[in-house]
Amino acid sequence: MPSLRKVVPGVLGSFLHTDAAVDAIRELRSRGFRDLTVYSPIPNHEIEEAMEHKVSPVRLFTLVGGVTGCAAGFGMTIWMAIDWPTLTGGKPMPSIPPYVVIAFELTILLGSLATLFGLGLLSAIKARRKIMYDPRYSDNMIGIFVPAGAPQVPAIEQMLHDAGAVEVRNDVA
Amino acid sequence: MAVVAPTAAPTAPPKLIHTQTHAEVTRDVVGTLGTATRGYYMLLAGAVFFLIVGLVTFLIIVKDGLGHAGYNPPAFWSVFITTFVFWVGIGHAGTLISAILFLFRSPWRTAVYRATEAMTVFAVMTAGLFPIIHIGRQWIFYWLLPYPNERFLWPNFRSPLLWDVFAISTYLTVSTLFLILGLIPDIAAVRDKATGWRKKIYEMTSAGWQGTDIQWRHYSRAYLYLAALATPLVLSVHSVVSWDFAVSLIPGWHTTIFAPYFVAGAIYSGLGMVFTLMIPLRKYLRLEHMITTYHFDNLAKLTLLTGCLLFYSYSMEYFIAWYSGNTFEQTTFWMRPFGPQWWSGWTMITCNALISQLLWFRKIRQNLTSLFVLSIFINIGMWFERWVIIVSSLSNDYVPWAWGVLTPTWADWGILAGSFGWFGMWFLLFAKNFPIVAIQEIKEMIPTPRKRRAH
Repeated sequence: MPSLRKVVPGVLGSFLHTDAAVDAIRELRSRGFRDLTVYSPIPNHEIEEAMEHKVSPVRLFTLVGGVTGCAAGFGMTIWMAIDWPTLTGGKPMPSIPPYVVIAFELTILLGSLATLFGLGLLSAIKARRKIMYDPRYSDNMIGIFVPAGAPQVPAIEQMLHDAGAVEVRNDVA
Repeated sequence: MAVVAPTAAPTAPPKLIHTQTHAEVTRDVVGTLGTATRGYYMLLAGAVFFLIVGLVTFLIIVKDGLGHAGYNPPAFWSVFITTFVFWVGIGHAGTLISAILFLFRSPWRTAVYRATEAMTVFAVMTAGLFPIIHIGRQWIFYWLLPYPNERFLWPNFRSPLLWDVFAISTYLTVSTLFLILGLIPDIAAVRDKATGWRKKIYEMTSAGWQGTDIQWRHYSRAYLYLAALATPLVLSVHSVVSWDFAVSLIPGWHTTIFAPYFVAGAIYSGLGMVFTLMIPLRKYLRLEHMITTYHFDNLAKLTLLTGCLLFYSYSMEYFIAWYSGNTFEQTTFWMRPFGPQWWSGWTMITCNALISQLLWFRKIRQNLTSLFVLSIFINIGMWFERWVIIVSSLSNDYVPWAWGVLTPTWADWGILAGSFGWFGMWFLLFAKNFPIVAIQEIKEMIPTPRKRRAH
């Protein structure tokens, strides 16, 4: 099946050593190759620092989801109590303490759903490109992909080799 | 003053993991999947058989009504509600290990959390069936939900039973999402090793995971927030379940200790089920080098802690019953150990409060056979705890001429057997088709290889 994603050619370097991969990232970025994709089997703080990532905005989704859930919980129960009044003992129609339970559960429910939605949305933004991948990156290797045109390939390959890549290949036609 | 020489050199911290490299972790966990032995299929067939027994019983109940379940006024809650609380409780240990210990950065959690989390999801899936079986007209269970209807009637949010609807459905949703989120990178690792039709399934279920820096960046944060949301959730769920009872005025139910008492009991029962499942599973899947005696020792310490909490709660219940001066409360608690169902009362006290005290001994904590035997007692004891609380309180309430003894019927046992079949089937299918040990998190505990010497 032909992929719907846009194919971006480039150079792929595979690393066995974390520090070597971090060296390569630093070197590439200092030479102006800033659009890197780094594959790794586990999350890695050194890679994250070298890539200069800011804290993920996924937390905003959690916050908005949680606040919405809380408001929805109280809003729904209070509105429904007023909409269909069942007067008990002359007490005020919406009885807030029991509604805390509903609001609490909806805070957690919508907070979690929004977190996952945010994760999916934020991760999908860059995944629309089709770039090189190797199954060993989910096992024990770290991969660095650099999008490149034919003239840049030798320089990038040299940089990856110098940093300590165990394998370098490219799909530039 | 004499200087006391240390009798033994300080022991090194026990090795958490006996695997050396990332590649070995992938290889060993992928090795647990795929072709199963005959023993596995026989277990699976057994689970499906019990499930069919439960299904047939359920169909008879749907056709004829709940009369088969042996209900008699004033006791209209019996085995179904008992088993509902039992299964919800089982789930709690899984969330404790996967979410709470994650926030505490407890390193020993890594090897066991996936299996316990799967146990949570399947236990809550089982528990969720019981309120529906129990309501009588099962085909209109959706009346519990606040949906816009032609009569503009809304459910009564002051009822604890409705809180339960929200608590249990939130718990099922969030624990399922948490399990799936943790699974995604691991399924991707399995996908990259698999071949044939299995590869196709893992390709679909790994949600396009490639482990890119962008994916990890958002994933790590999302996982943290989900753990932070699941932590208060798990404490709330069994509290809400306990309020189903505590908010009513039945003697034996109407106490303020119920929420913490139920949460401690839930974690205790869940840990019991963890032992029952993990001890055979670890042997069968050859994971002895990943899930070690050290893990079981720690789990046993948690069991001891919650067992002590239960001991305290039981003592307090009896003390407050006596101290309250309330005749009905006192009678209910007298009936528990000395009434017509004295054996269930003593089963509860023995299996939960007393047997858990054996875990003070390291020899017992580190012997898997003794832990397995103990866990069976815990499972039985915790089922009886709910049976005692629910049935003994209901069948001895304020009207002495209505007192009686409720005996479970074939329908009760059929549904109970079916619930074990349903749970067992899902757990067995999961264990053989998805990584039961968290590949990625185990890898995080192994130092990554470096070109230069470690600093």
